[in-house]
Amino acid sequence: MIVDLALVGGILALALGVLVARQAFAAVALFIGYGLLLALAWGRLGLMDVALTEAAIGAGLSGVLLLAAARRLSAAPAQEDSPPGRVTRALIGAGCAILTCAVGAAVLLLPDAPPGLAAEVAANQRATALGNPVASVLMAFRGLDTLLESAVLVLAVICTVALAPDQGWAGPPGAPQPQADGPLALLARLLPPLGIVVAAHIFWIGVDAPGGKFQAAAILAAMWLLPWMAGIAPAPPIGTRALRITVAAGPALFIAVGLLGAMLTGAFLAWPSGFEKPLILIVEVALTLSIAAALALLVMGPRT
Amino acid sequence: MTGWSMLPLLAVMLPVLGMVLAPALGARGAERLTLALLPVGFALALGTAAAVQALGVPLVHHLGHWTPPLGLALGADGIGAAMLLTSTVVVAGVAVFARAGFGTSLGMPERRAAFAFWPLLLAIWGGLNLAVTARDLFTLYVALELLTFAAVPIVCLDGRRETLAAALRYLLFALLGSVLYLLGVALIYGAAGTLDIGLLAGRLAATPPVLVAAALMTAGLMAKTALLPLHLWLPPAHAGAPAAGSALLSALVVKGSFVILVRLWAGVLPPSPAAMQALAGCGAAAILLGGVAALAQTRLKLLVAYSTVAQIGYLVLMFPLLAVPGVAEKAWTGGVLQAVSHALAKSGMFLAVGLMTERLGHDRVADLAGASRVAPRPLLAFGLSALTLMGVPPSGGFAAKWLLLSTAIEAGQWWWGLVILTGGLLTGGYAYRVLSAALRAGPAAAAPLPHDSRDTVALGLALLALLLGMLPLASFGLLQIGRVGP
Amino acid sequence: MTADVYGLLGAVLTGLGLFGMLVRTEPLLRILAFNLLGGGVFLVLGAIARRGAGAGFAADPVPQAIILTGIVVAFAATTIAVALLLRLAARKDDA
Repeated sequence: MIVDLALVGGILALALGVLVARQAFAAVALFIGYGLLLALAWGRLGLMDVALTEAAIGAGLSGVLLLAAARRLSAAPAQEDSPPGRVTRALIGAGCAILTCAVGAAVLLLPDAPPGLAAEVAANQRATALGNPVASVLMAFRGLDTLLESAVLVLAVICTVALAPDQGWAGPPGAPQPQADGPLALLARLLPPLGIVVAAHIFWIGVDAPGGKFQAAAILAAMWLLPWMAGIAPAPPIGTRALRITVAAGPALFIAVGLLGAMLTGAFLAWPSGFEKPLILIVEVALTLSIAAALALLVMGPRT
Repeated sequence: MTGWSMLPLLAVMLPVLGMVLAPALGARGAERLTLALLPVGFALALGTAAAVQALGVPLVHHLGHWTPPLGLALGADGIGAAMLLTSTVVVAGVAVFARAGFGTSLGMPERRAAFAFWPLLLAIWGGLNLAVTARDLFTLYVALELLTFAAVPIVCLDGRRETLAAALRYLLFALLGSVLYLLGVALIYGAAGTLDIGLLAGRLAATPPVLVAAALMTAGLMAKTALLPLHLWLPPAHAGAPAAGSALLSALVVKGSFVILVRLWAGVLPPSPAAMQALAGCGAAAILLGGVAALAQTRLKLLVAYSTVAQIGYLVLMFPLLAVPGVAEKAWTGGVLQAVSHALAKSGMFLAVGLMTERLGHDRVADLAGASRVAPRPLLAFGLSALTLMGVPPSGGFAAKWLLLSTAIEAGQWWWGLVILTGGLLTGGYAYRVLSAALRAGPAAAAPLPHDSRDTVALGLALLALLLGMLPLASFGLLQIGRVGP
Repeated sequence: MTADVYGLLGAVLTGLGLFGMLVRTEPLLRILAFNLLGGGVFLVLGAIARRGAGAGFAADPVPQAIILTGIVVAFAATTIAVALLLRLAARKDDA
């Protein structure tokens, strides 16, 4: 309990720090710390899959993205709206306090016998041939959400490309990275092989234990971003056909397998019985690669 | 679950698959794929409507044979089938229209705007189809995000500073809206242990968590629908987008969150007459203030955007009437008809305005003189669309507004009737401003008018909105299928 | 008990994030505030998952899967917002 309270206090302090920070850079640094503590909180709640994802995406990739943005904005700040007046601020503050109280009360007043689907998941998990219940939900019971989410990532990549200037939009994504030397360059050379092994491990154990494609994809994306940021591995141009196919392949294969299920069994996204595990694994491998590419492209951002 | 339920499912998945494949195919390939998908999508939507009508019950597809609460369901009821048809017709019109601006002919280098436009169009199509067919509250959240992520870049496709600023403001509003909605979804799960619309029906008691969730989801969906007072993002965004984009945003994107709002309050959430009066009160304010603001605009595109703010107001007038036995059925038809007729009329109007702007070289309302010479057919499309927005017989807008007006009076809530009549006068006012300015003789046209197939598209959409009002009322029985309520 | 503590933390973060989104004027800080708000929403969902522990699971797997999907979607939203913001800032230089 003391651990939990200390963690809650730390998260609150960092969140407040983000809100009152005068400089964007400081705010982002505090935000990364917030993300890491949040990952610990997920662990305390027993949500290990979420803890891994939060650390990898919520703190890691978001941190890289936001730090780079803060650096570029310090050189060229974006236009700001005029700040709200004192009275408006007070009203907004009161409204937000009411929101907090209402949500807090709602959380405390949820039914004492919590309705939920844990028992249903346990009863049906065998049919999915996966040992990790979260993986069963993601790939079978709520497979449509996972499919759509992978499509959302493709859409987000299209969005960032749409936001590039007309001049050279199809070139390499992101701002050009200066060649680094010293520890970063060394790290950027040493870490990727190790990271790829770790990602493969996290992917593989995700079948039966916490871990899986999102977490593995985030690590793979980081292993691509690291040498890119060190300036030793320039990103391929957005116009490259192979890059575009990599981003599209996973979700496209997922939809195709879903349609195959529809033809064979009459329901979209039904895994033909007996072939559940191999098919799920093939789709997950393709998804991991596509998601990793999309995540990396999203962090690099549009060409500037 | 019958085989027919595959139709709405494919109507969702084909555009999504097209969007995913689009980057790999390139701008030209994506354009051709989109055009090839249009007839297929139309057949699927038509088949869905026919199947729902013939079977008399909603189609339900259980994904992967998993039934709710554990699994996800997707399907089509009356309103879903009507919106599938609407989205397909509008997307088809916009796609044909957009070939002139975003087309890539053989051998032409791939342009950024063309690369982005076709997948964004497909994402809006798939996102809206998902929003009107998904039966799970979290899947609906993903549908809302699909719509947002597709709509935002369309606003700033031209890359100008004003449109980028409008897009950023839109994105922040939309993200706020969806995160509030998601918070409500979380509390619903905590209270009921399921997110399936069908299972939730009648199961939620008015406990504190459910009431907080209802408030959060309603506020979030209002922000996404741009219902006053959460409409501030709409005018700069809808006016800033290219004509084809504005048509999609005004006609379709705001309707996704509206249909979700309807599904929540007609069937899922515990009834609350006070909340319904408040919601319709926001609608009334939108009709009046949006109409006045449209009257005051000096730029044509902004005028049409404010007209959307007002027309969204009509959509929510149905809410307090849905709980009244005897009139609920007619009010429901009126509300859905308003959504469909506005989609057709407003897409036609935005395309027409785009053509007028293009040929005049500006969109200042005061200087529209001569538009009747250089753009007679777009001007006609504008006028016909305005008939529907005003609610003049025999348009689809007339049928919608008449149903809402008469049910309001039958239900003893005559004040909504007054708002509808005043709103019609305001709409007539701003339409008259545009038409009277445009019909003044301007400088003679320099050259004979070239034939532009885009004129036909704008005119076609406006005519469809008009013809909707000539359908016999009995054919709207389709809309009642799957409706929950008295 | 643990669930309630983190659920309440989620409620507070929701209020803080909303306040930041409405009151801060720098777009990047608004994006950060959106992420605080999102974190709060996910924590509320996490608390609900924890409450639903049972059948041998430390937490209800369904809300857990929903949080995973939500985190990835929120990340995509953040990247789009940042890209838009950077483009806007670059445009300001041109003007």
